[in-house]
Amino acid sequence: MEASLEAENEALKKRISELEAQLASRINHTSFSFQQSRPPPNMVNKSEVKLSPEEYKRYGRQMILPEVGIEGQMSLKRSRVLIVGVGGLGCPAAAYLAGAGIGTLGIIDPDTVENSNLHRQIIHSTSRVGAPKVVSAITYLRDLNPHPNYIPYIEPLTTENALQIMAEYDLVLDCTDHPAIRYLINDVAVIMNIPIVSASALKMDGQLVVLNNPPGTGPCYRCIWPRPPPVGSVVGCGEGGILGPVVGLMGVMQAVEAIKIITMNPVRDIGRTEMTLFAACGASPFRCLKMRGRKAECVACGSPERAEEKITRESIEGGRMDYVAFCGGRVGVRVLQADERVSVAEYKRVMDSGVEHLLLDVRERTQFGICQLAGSLNIPYTEFEALKCEDSEAEEIKSMFRDQPKDRPVYVICRLGNDSQIVVRQLKEAGVFPDNRVFDIEGGVTEWARSGVAGEFPEY
Amino acid sequence: MGEQQGSSPNGVHYKPVTLDVEFSGGLETLFSNQRSHRIQIPAKDPSEQPANLGFLVHYLCENLMKDKRKELFVLEDRIRPGILVLINDVDWELEGEEGYLIQDDDTILFVSTLHGG
Repeated sequence: MEASLEAENEALKKRISELEAQLASRINHTSFSFQQSRPPPNMVNKSEVKLSPEEYKRYGRQMILPEVGIEGQMSLKRSRVLIVGVGGLGCPAAAYLAGAGIGTLGIIDPDTVENSNLHRQIIHSTSRVGAPKVVSAITYLRDLNPHPNYIPYIEPLTTENALQIMAEYDLVLDCTDHPAIRYLINDVAVIMNIPIVSASALKMDGQLVVLNNPPGTGPCYRCIWPRPPPVGSVVGCGEGGILGPVVGLMGVMQAVEAIKIITMNPVRDIGRTEMTLFAACGASPFRCLKMRGRKAECVACGSPERAEEKITRESIEGGRMDYVAFCGGRVGVRVLQADERVSVAEYKRVMDSGVEHLLLDVRERTQFGICQLAGSLNIPYTEFEALKCEDSEAEEIKSMFRDQPKDRPVYVICRLGNDSQIVVRQLKEAGVFPDNRVFDIEGGVTEWARSGVAGEFPEY
Repeated sequence: MGEQQGSSPNGVHYKPVTLDVEFSGGLETLFSNQRSHRIQIPAKDPSEQPANLGFLVHYLCENLMKDKRKELFVLEDRIRPGILVLINDVDWELEGEEGYLIQDDDTILFVSTLHGG
């Protein structure tokens, strides 16, 4: 009886937070207004703010710091900060900024909470798996500190909404995971005259840099990275892996930088931009790098030689900026013909029929160690990749299969069905198996697990 | 750190330059999974010009990089977009980029930009 009441209570709480989120989202959308440009964040919103007795106590431990003081606390309360992405970076950043008493905290993210997020996205919870991340985050934040005004946006940041949304804020935290959206945040932040606190992380490493700070003086993302990286070099946390506290540390550092920008007036170290590198396994884990200044010919914050290249409000709103295309489009490998690929169900039938075959798993050894299909041979994709363009490529690939019978079909599997296609092509071009019966298993072990063709199989 | 080798008394050969080359942000996987390398390079490039950063990059490709995927480090003869180069922890753009003349005991850091979050 008690358990069912508790469950009902939980469900109702969840529903209330969802409705509140919807309501706030609606209010926010109807009340937007454009501002041509804005002064630095610590100068705006001269409106009177007051601290309640409860807030004096709550913020006392940071207010007694000379770097904050009552003035700094008022600046925090007056400030409006937008967090783009409430994942591994955004979760700890949002928690510390909410805790510090930011006046308005906007959070934008289109995703829902998955249980594979929870090792690092620590303000979400197991009970909120499936809920929009924005709703989950605000549920936690409101419990942590009820004073800030939380503004949810359950949508992606796009060229259509970015100008409208970012016009409402004094500072933006880039907590995203793809260069395309990082360029978009940058371009709009430059137009809106607001600083960007940008961080990123992968595996055991993190990077942090404050851009467009103070607005119009410090370099922007495009000053430092004028050209996007080639698609093949961009690795996400899903593929490369990420240690929770590494990305968490970078998010916490974003909160530190945000508080510094908001509370310090005048801004110190004008014109000097530093990038902080963190390498958990490096000889010196923290490194501070002195970065270049603004580029006079930057297409976002400068005056490009060809004036038509200058990025403006009009070029973004008019749909002339295709950020995804600029960054090389979506990654999705399609190198094989349909008859060179089999579905997981088809492969299951091969397996059950007892036909002699070779199952080649090209995932990295760590992943293969987590789970594998019976009887598979593991040769990581990177070993094939390393042989590419070598004169001896075909010979070396052949020697990998020295001990394997050559008269039976070969099925290649990887995690998602991209690497395996490339290996199929390499095996065929090298002519390792004379009759070339080499097939890719579509969707890899992930599809094998999701489809449930072979009962329970871990998805990671 | 220690004494350099390969010096020659008569000036026809030049003392090689000893420096630290470091990789971060995943680039180390292209260089035997080792983040830091103490290396010696010739003091002059093949056209008898003092070794500069452009020559170092070329030298690394030829001599230190075991991985065949050169395009992950160099694209169209330049450092590929997304890699930052730091000379003694200072952005190479403030130091003359490829034209910077390598000095003994320099630390040259190549950082691949991360995007995850």
